Amino acid sequence: MKFATDRKRVIGLGSARSGTEHFWTMTLTSVALMVLTPLFVFTFGPLLGQPYDAVIAALGHPLRALIIALMLIVGLHHFRLGIQVVVEDYTGGLTRKGLLIAFSIISYGLMAIGLFAIAKLAF
Amino acid sequence: MVELALPKNSQITTGKTWPKPEGATNLRKFQIYRWNPDDGQNPRVDTYWVDVDSCGPMVLDALIKIKNEIDPTLTFRRSCREGICGSCAMNIDGINTLACIFGMDEIKGDVKIYPLPHMPVVKDLIPDLTHFYAQHASIMPWLETKTQRPEKEWRQSIEDRKKLDGLYECVMCASCSTSCPSYWWNGDRYLGPAALLHAYRWIIDSRDEATGERLDELEDPFKLYRCHTIMNCTKTCPKGLNPAKAIANIKKMMVERQL
Repeated sequence: MKFATDRKRVIGLGSARSGTEHFWTMTLTSVALMVLTPLFVFTFGPLLGQPYDAVIAALGHPLRALIIALMLIVGLHHFRLGIQVVVEDYTGGLTRKGLLIAFSIISYGLMAIGLFAIAKLAF
Repeated sequence: MVELALPKNSQITTGKTWPKPEGATNLRKFQIYRWNPDDGQNPRVDTYWVDVDSCGPMVLDALIKIKNEIDPTLTFRRSCREGICGSCAMNIDGINTLACIFGMDEIKGDVKIYPLPHMPVVKDLIPDLTHFYAQHASIMPWLETKTQRPEKEWRQSIEDRKKLDGLYECVMCASCSTSCPSYWWNGDRYLGPAALLHAYRWIIDSRDEATGERLDELEDPFKLYRCHTIMNCTKTCPKGLNPAKAIANIKKMMVERQL
């Protein structure tokens, strides 16, 4: 690249023709979380300090289970997309790729573990 | 990629304090970034004293006075001295602005002047804007048409012409782009607020027939979507423009053509 012209450096590999879906999904999940977060807090906040059996019984309720499931899916999907932006902003090269893979594993791993726990409680 | 500390050869040292002008009663202290590529030294901050009573009101007036009467080696760009050419953009009192339209009375305490942030420095207050200009050229800053050229002019309604207000006034001073953290960290790929404001100026022009191609070229996680609506660009623009809004409108159009 040392002898590349300035225009060549700017063009780089050209436009990726992507990014809008990421942007729109972030917007959609943000709106969804504006509804889900208060719902989650007000549904599960009162359970803090309750006896173990009462909490387990409450979590097994279908409506509550659905709220947690949605919170896990939407929240962690939003987290993965958000952390991708942070990683792309602050890192480069192999570190960037490695971190993107790691955060994908963490996000989807947590989602799977959470959904499995809810299913186990519900059934 | 992010850089949170200056490289060793860019770390700033204390420079020379120039003598106060004789007989002056109303003095203002100026601390100015100096760097000479030829002497192999680190950058330094020199201190100058300017007699405000015999100087114009703008920061550029003081810089010209320093160059004329105190230190002729002080290097900076300037041309129109009325906010139209964009040459004298620099960081004054922590704000990227044009020295020619920034009054000394707007600054409390010492006047601290540095080149535009996070750009390679050519000398003293002159940043290297080569990449910035190449980015501007890449957005096709001209009217692109496919229809055969009309006999007279390309016509435009008054309403459509109004859409260009707040966009065409940009003088490409680079104050906005160099105030943007996203541009600092990923300026090699992110086009930055100035180039994107110009891109939007042509996208929204009713006479332009390359709207789709222009959006295609911008649709990229780095070229466009590095903008996180930080708004430094809008806050610092010495012309009072709103590049953040222009970028938001481009993003809106990107979504609209997909839904």
